[in-house]
Formats: sequence, C-alpha cells, structure tokens
Amino acid sequence: MTSERLQALQTRIEELAGDRISGSDIDLNELTVDVNVDALVDICLALRDGEQFAFDTLIDVCGIDYSAYRKEAGGTWDGARFGVIYHLLSTTRNQRLRLRVFVDESSPILESVIGVWPVANWFEREAFDLFGILFEGHPDLRRILTDYGFIGHPFRKDFPLSGHVEMRYDEEKGRVVYEPVSIEPRVLVPRVIRDEGYGV
Amino acid sequence: MSELHSYTMNFGPQHPAAHGVLRLVLEMDGEVIKRADPHIGLLHRATEKLAESKPYNQSIGYMDRLDYVSMMCNEHAYVMAIEKLLGIEVPLRAQYIRVMFDEITRILNHLLWLAGHGLDIGAMTMFLYCFREREDLMDAYEAVSGARLHATYYRPGGVYRDLPDRMPQYETSKWHNQKDVDRLNENRQGSLLDFIWDFTERFPKHVDEYETLLTDNRIWKQRTVGIGVVSPERAKALGFTGPMLRGSGVEWDLRKKQPYEVYDRMDFDIPVGSEGDTYDRYLVRIEEFRQSNRIIRQCVEWLRNNPGSVMVDDHKLVPPDREAMKHDMEALIHHFKLFTEGYCLPEGQAYSAVEHPKGEFGIYLVSDGANKPYRLKIRAPGFVHLSALDEMARGHMLADVVALIGTQDIVFGEVDR
Repeated sequence: MTSERLQALQTRIEELAGDRISGSDIDLNELTVDVNVDALVDICLALRDGEQFAFDTLIDVCGIDYSAYRKEAGGTWDGARFGVIYHLLSTTRNQRLRLRVFVDESSPILESVIGVWPVANWFEREAFDLFGILFEGHPDLRRILTDYGFIGHPFRKDFPLSGHVEMRYDEEKGRVVYEPVSIEPRVLVPRVIRDEGYGV
Repeated sequence: MSELHSYTMNFGPQHPAAHGVLRLVLEMDGEVIKRADPHIGLLHRATEKLAESKPYNQSIGYMDRLDYVSMMCNEHAYVMAIEKLLGIEVPLRAQYIRVMFDEITRILNHLLWLAGHGLDIGAMTMFLYCFREREDLMDAYEAVSGARLHATYYRPGGVYRDLPDRMPQYETSKWHNQKDVDRLNENRQGSLLDFIWDFTERFPKHVDEYETLLTDNRIWKQRTVGIGVVSPERAKALGFTGPMLRGSGVEWDLRKKQPYEVYDRMDFDIPVGSEGDTYDRYLVRIEEFRQSNRIIRQCVEWLRNNPGSVMVDDHKLVPPDREAMKHDMEALIHHFKLFTEGYCLPEGQAYSAVEHPKGEFGIYLVSDGANKPYRLKIRAPGFVHLSALDEMARGHMLADVVALIGTQDIVFGEVDR
C-alpha cells in the first residue's frame, strides 16, 4: 500500500462526501475520515457500492470515550465525548479506511450500519454495552459481554476499574448475592504524559 | 396425539462441545434449528480496560490469554501496533523468529482445532494424534520462553531473547528408565533449530496420517459436506476472515496481500475452498498445516546462517543487561525508569493486523501520549465468526451445530476478551 494510493483515496472520498465530512487525515500510512453523524449510512453505502471504493468488509466497530483525553497533561477535550470508529477493508482493492463519528453525551445516538454490513450487528451491541452508545435501527440492541442485569457502561472513563458490585454465593440464602465492592482501588503505576524528547 | 410445536433449548455453557463457555439458546422445530442465539461474555475479563490501566509492556501477557491456543500471534499484533506508533524497525533476525513462531503457533492452533473438531464429530483418535504433535511444539515454546503456553516472548522492538543453543533434556525418573530417556532425548541433542527442523521432517507424514483417517472417511464427509455453506459474497458481508473466508473461495490472506515482517520473502501458497462448507474449511486448514511447515523450514534455514541481534538497541524500550547495571549508573536508571514508569508513545492512533490462525486479529491502539494506552480495541476473529452462527445454523439439525462450532474454531478467550 503506497501512500500515493492512499492520497488518491482521500481525494476521492473528499469529492464524494463534500461537506458531509469534517476532516480527513493520513497518519502512519492510515487514512482516517471524520464523518458527520447524520451522513454516516449514506457515505457507508457509497463506499461499499462505489466502483472506486468497493469496501466490501467491515473489519471492526468500536466505541471510545474521549472525556479523559490528555487529562494528565492538563488538556481538556472540547469535542463530543464519544467516538465510534469503523475500520473498513476492501478485499478487491486491498485498501483500508478508518471512519470516525463523534456523538455527544447528551444524545449518544447514531444510525446503525447493519443494513450496509451485517457484521456490524455484534460490534454495535458491544459498543452499546460497554459505552452506552445507541444505534438506531439495530434490530436487537441487547447487552452482549456483561452479565445479565448489569448496570452501567464499564468502558466509560468514569467507571472504576474494580466496578461497583461483587458477587458471591450466600449459603444462608442459598443463592448468589451482589454486594458493593470491598476492594480499594489502587494505582500501581501512575499515568503520565511525557513530552517528546523527555530524558534524551 | 398433539402436534409438536417449536420449543426452546438451552445448550451450554458447560457442554464439552461448546468449546469453553458458549451458551446457545436454540429455537427448534423438532430437531431443526429455527434460530440460534449465542449468549457470550461468560469469560469477559475486560482485557481492554485492564490494558488502559497498565504500562504498555505489562499488557503483553494479557494478549496470550486472549486466544489461548495461538498465544504468540496475539502478542504479535499488539507489539506491532506499539512499534507502528513508535516508528521503530525490528532487527531482521527478530522478524524471522517472529514469523517462525507465528507459523509454529498456527500449527499448534490448527492441531487443537482438528483434535476438538474431530472429537466433536466422533473421530476420537484425532484427539490423541494431534496432542502427540502439539507436545513437540509446546517444547519449542518452552525452550524459547520458559512457558509452554503463555509465552510473553514478543516484545516491542524484537523478541525477549535469542533462540537457545541446546534443548532441555529428559532425566531418568520413577517412570522413565535410561532407555526411555535416551529415546526421548534423541532429537534434543542439538539446538532448538535442530529440534524444530526434525519436527518439520516428520510433520508432513503426520498430516498424511490425519488425512487417511478423515479426508475420504464416509462418516466424516456425511457430517461435514454441505454443512454451514457460506457464499463468498455473504462471507465478506459477514466479516469472515482467515480460513473461514478462504473456505468460501475468497483468496485473501494478509500474509500475502499486506505482508508484515518477512512474509514477503517466504515462498508459500494460499489454499482456497470451492463450496464454502465445513468440509472445505477442513481441507483449507489441513493444507495450511503443510504451508506453515514450508515457511518454518525456510525460517530455520535462514536463522541458522544469520546470527545477529534480536532486539533494538534502545534502552527506553528494552532493559539493559544485568551486567551493565552493576557498574553503569545510566543503565541502572534506564532499568528503573522502564520498570516503574514504562515508556510513552507519541499521540496518535494505529491499527495493526496479523493473519492469525483463526482470521484477522487486529489491535486498534489510541495513544494520548501517555505511558498507558488511551484505548485498546482487540478485533478478534472468533467474535465475528460466532456472530454468524445463527445464519449458518438455520435449517440444520441440532447435531450439526456441534460441527459448526467446530468449524468456526471458536476460543472464548478472544470472543469474550
């Protein structure tokens, strides 16, 4: 994959999308396109069906919570809190593409891409389960990885690593009981951000 | 007599054919599957969240525990993502070692798959045969990393150490007399490379053995031919990768199409199926045994003639050697810094994928410049394949579900993460 091919792809996508994307960027030989929320499905359809794109496979969908981004360096994240990232692959053209969509905390809703790539089904359930991002038009948006009856969205940055509840078998009651966690959260290695050139 | 209506059946999570902790809720019409609803997450450990709380190097061990039958391939994707963000080039010898162990891992994985798949469908002997060969490869793992399963051998910047010059030997015990021990140690007299070479000499004959038992076996064919047929277009839409995609006739292999490390110097072929059924996926994986064997032999030959460094020379990433730490102040500081704080990655995002034995295993890494990942997403092939189980199982019999779980090569460590 040469970068000229990637640049050509970037130009074609910019032509296709116009003002429906808010930016695109090539870094480490990977192309990332920031797509506006309301245009996602249209652009995905065009990317799948367009002769010069032919992204026939969706490799991955994942959520991300930007709320603590560069917190240690004193930075604050101004944009929308959540991102949903789509990794696309074209097996015929042998090219990859990353789409990123931002959704706000107040209404973390975007349209499902199941109609474009059926593989998105479980990935979207996972993003809903772990981040609480809602996918409109998903036929079966249930939790997938966490326990039956789990409360909260564990991969959000404000969810503690040790969780809120722990479970054990209670002999008297003869069933499994949930209780508040008894372990104290601790950090062995603090998170630090070092500037480039630190310690050289 | 009342008419039989459809009913719901629970399968697993504690079922020997569920390959771990799969719970399937099956809607049946008599013995025919109407809908299969896999319930996963019983092995969910939030690996991705745990990795966010640890310096980069401390999460390598978690990668082994994802797909716990192809340990080093998982590590490979992870260290490649870090290397991509750091922008470092791995020494050539380390790249060859990685490719060799990736292929050893592929054989290990496929052997366990064949053992389990065979056992599920009734070919009991396969289990014994496959574990016999796995033993040798596990010994190779142990010789190089000290662990038979969870190796933590790949490190950002190379591999943990160079290949050992001699193999560990068996010793006499209550159960093994001198004669036994001599026989067991026969192929362990030389280096690890000699041991692996000896394995590659024997292995194609073993694959022939498997094939005489299965390939033309009437029962095997009755259980696999025409089961779980997926068309090439559908396989792509469902996100299949690896042998699942190639079984459907799509020639797609990252080792050829987007080569990483030294795969572009290797001479090997990509097998593809024609029908897209369980039998074709079996044939594809059997052929991958032979191709992996070819790659290992090429790597052994190169590694024998080309000694060299297996780690980048950068003490921000790699611990200094013990001896230097005794007299060199700077080495001591580097060691202390590396093991207390780790190293920071430049801000950015990277996706790295390897052709894992099960399909495309990808790591999407977002760094905000800290010494820990900001977000780590593991793209596990098994997760995607299992999501298609519903579509593959519809209209098949209950017994075929077992064949389908087998053909998907599901391991719950990576599905649930």
